[in-house]
Amino acid sequence: MWKSAKGVWLFMLIFILVTMAACSSNTESEDGKKELTVVYRSPGSVDSLMNFFESGVIEEFEKEHPDIDVKITPITASEGDYFSKVALQMKSAETAPDVVSEDTFMLNSDANAGYLDPLDDRIAEWEEWDNIIENLKSGVTAEDGKVYGVPSTSDSRGLWYSKELFAEAGLPVPWEPKNWEEVLRAAITIKEKTDGVTPLFMQVGKANGEAVSMQTLEMLLYGTGDTLYDDSDKKWVVESPGLLDSFRFISQVYDVEKVGPDFSVVMSGQSGNVAFQQLFPQKKLAIALDGSWNARNWAENGAAPIENVEEKIGFAPMPTQNGQEPGAITMSGGWAWAIPSKADMKEEAWEFIQFLMEKDNSINRSLTDGNLNTRTDAVEVEEYVNRPFAKESQAYLENAQFRPANDKYPAVSTQLQTVVEAIATGKLTPEDAVQQYKAGVERVVGKENTKVAE
Amino acid sequence: MHRKAILFLSPSWILLLLFFITPMLLTFGFAFTNLSLTGTDAANIQFIGFQNFTNMFQDPEFRISVFRTLIFLLFSAVVGQVVLGLILALLMKEKARGFRRFIGVIVIAGWVTPEIVVAFCWVAFLSDAGTFNSILQGIGFEPITWLFTFPMVSVIIANIWHGTAFSMMVFQAALDDVPKSVQEAAVIDGASRWQIFFRVTLPIVKGSIVTNMMLVTLQTLGVFTLIYTMTGGGPGNATQILPIFMYNQAFVNYQFGYGTAISLVLLVIGTVASLLYMRFMKVKL
Repeated sequence: MWKSAKGVWLFMLIFILVTMAACSSNTESEDGKKELTVVYRSPGSVDSLMNFFESGVIEEFEKEHPDIDVKITPITASEGDYFSKVALQMKSAETAPDVVSEDTFMLNSDANAGYLDPLDDRIAEWEEWDNIIENLKSGVTAEDGKVYGVPSTSDSRGLWYSKELFAEAGLPVPWEPKNWEEVLRAAITIKEKTDGVTPLFMQVGKANGEAVSMQTLEMLLYGTGDTLYDDSDKKWVVESPGLLDSFRFISQVYDVEKVGPDFSVVMSGQSGNVAFQQLFPQKKLAIALDGSWNARNWAENGAAPIENVEEKIGFAPMPTQNGQEPGAITMSGGWAWAIPSKADMKEEAWEFIQFLMEKDNSINRSLTDGNLNTRTDAVEVEEYVNRPFAKESQAYLENAQFRPANDKYPAVSTQLQTVVEAIATGKLTPEDAVQQYKAGVERVVGKENTKVAE
Repeated sequence: MHRKAILFLSPSWILLLLFFITPMLLTFGFAFTNLSLTGTDAANIQFIGFQNFTNMFQDPEFRISVFRTLIFLLFSAVVGQVVLGLILALLMKEKARGFRRFIGVIVIAGWVTPEIVVAFCWVAFLSDAGTFNSILQGIGFEPITWLFTFPMVSVIIANIWHGTAFSMMVFQAALDDVPKSVQEAAVIDGASRWQIFFRVTLPIVKGSIVTNMMLVTLQTLGVFTLIYTMTGGGPGNATQILPIFMYNQAFVNYQFGYGTAISLVLLVIGTVASLLYMRFMKVKL
């Protein structure tokens, strides 16, 4: 075909050049506008953030900034896969988005990896920063003390309980337990006085991943005064009285008093849906320690609508172990807007984040997706606080605690999930569980980075 | 002439080197680093010697995962697919063509179905409110939470269902190649049916059996989609075989280096198993 070797080489060279040209990115869209890429996680069928974006906010922003074309590119994936995909995108300047939605739990890791740009200089000149709930700011501050994100949504956790079942069992409504003992007593009373009802639901199945660590173990542990990680000397606390007591409580619920749900329910990755979309609406579950977002299920357009839900279901704060100060606690997570360090339109990205965080936009988003707002003035907006359970959920943020801002946290969390499940199923005693957890964490983070608390 | 050959081969060599050999060597290298997807380690990759391996062998979960992998391998690949495939092939031998076709198509249907579809079918069949439980209830039995109560058995059966056709086809081809004259000679010498099978047929198809066992073993060691979809490695860690363990370490805990180290172990298991088959069956490939 080709007369000479030269021809072949020439063909290959052209081929390679053409291919490479096709691969390179282009931030200018066809009409000469600059393209601003926004990446967030879409849960799939019901994408409330997309609904919010499509409600006209994007047009509004583009009208204010005629040279910018906002390109919304959701990633439909499970949480874990979303983090992997985003991290891979941010690694390269070719693929890095301009604005990224980061779970506060990954923010620190991604900041340490050098994927994110610190925002301190930008927020210093931004008045709205003062309107963000102070407590949530620690969730977007990395180990190096710099701020890497603007909290966009938040959540709190507490005790969901069925007012109807409580009334049947002769328990007080509204319910506000003062300590763990009262929670356990209530569950035992339910078990004795009602039939076919699951008294107390707590996530303990490894299939539910992070929910086990955050909704169950940490909700207990951070109410004992102990923590997972000591920020002052940057060491993981692998053994503490609080940890042992938390393990004991889980053992009490699942193994000793047997007031937990069936294992076939709680071990499945669908257990949260079963609890909140089936058991609660059917009056078959009395108490569940879980997140504020579950209220969404019962809304008019939710998965399992309940009429006059606030008369039937309550949301009580999770008490500290013995009722010690501050009386109740919640773990808090949520998402934040961040700017990748390899983004090519950082100024515009910051403009867009500021725009999204304006009071009206921020509250409209919360109204669409049912999450907690991150602004202090949200509670003044009637439409926002009138949503079922919004007032309680928002109030619990006052005592919000955050997960350790350390990039070994995901690996440590896996260790926690393993031992919590083993305790619940009776395979480990709480004492042995502490030892297994200790050995596991020492292996993952290195023994020199751990310590034992008295 | 010779130069021209090199020239024409060079694109494929370059591609192989670039996309096959380099990643393989990199994988080997990364197993000795703290490579991570995120966190400080991602910005600062370091050579850490054998630490991934020492961590691995100290990790009780790793040991259990290896054990589960071997169980899964033994029952779903060796006992299930190979033996069942051989039996099917033998039963179909010299049967009417229509019959062979009919049965063949049914068995092969399992094999041509993509793994993810197979997994969904089995979830639909075995789930709490699935087909199987509906049938059981229809005839008066209590429903059983199969995927929860018998997770390992469930995934093993699903994998056998998916893979047996491959073994069956390999054996059919091998059995068809056994010369009739040899068997007739054995019959004339007074050999019983069992003797013909074990002394005549089996030694002739031995090579195919070993090849097939190796292929099936390596394929089974790589099973991920099926189990991940059906049980996610659970309940607890009951079906967490090595590929799932590796995925969890690499993509849930973001420890890529550790994940690659596990993949090397997987490679070793595959190699050792293959060598054992060859040794055991006294076959040289």
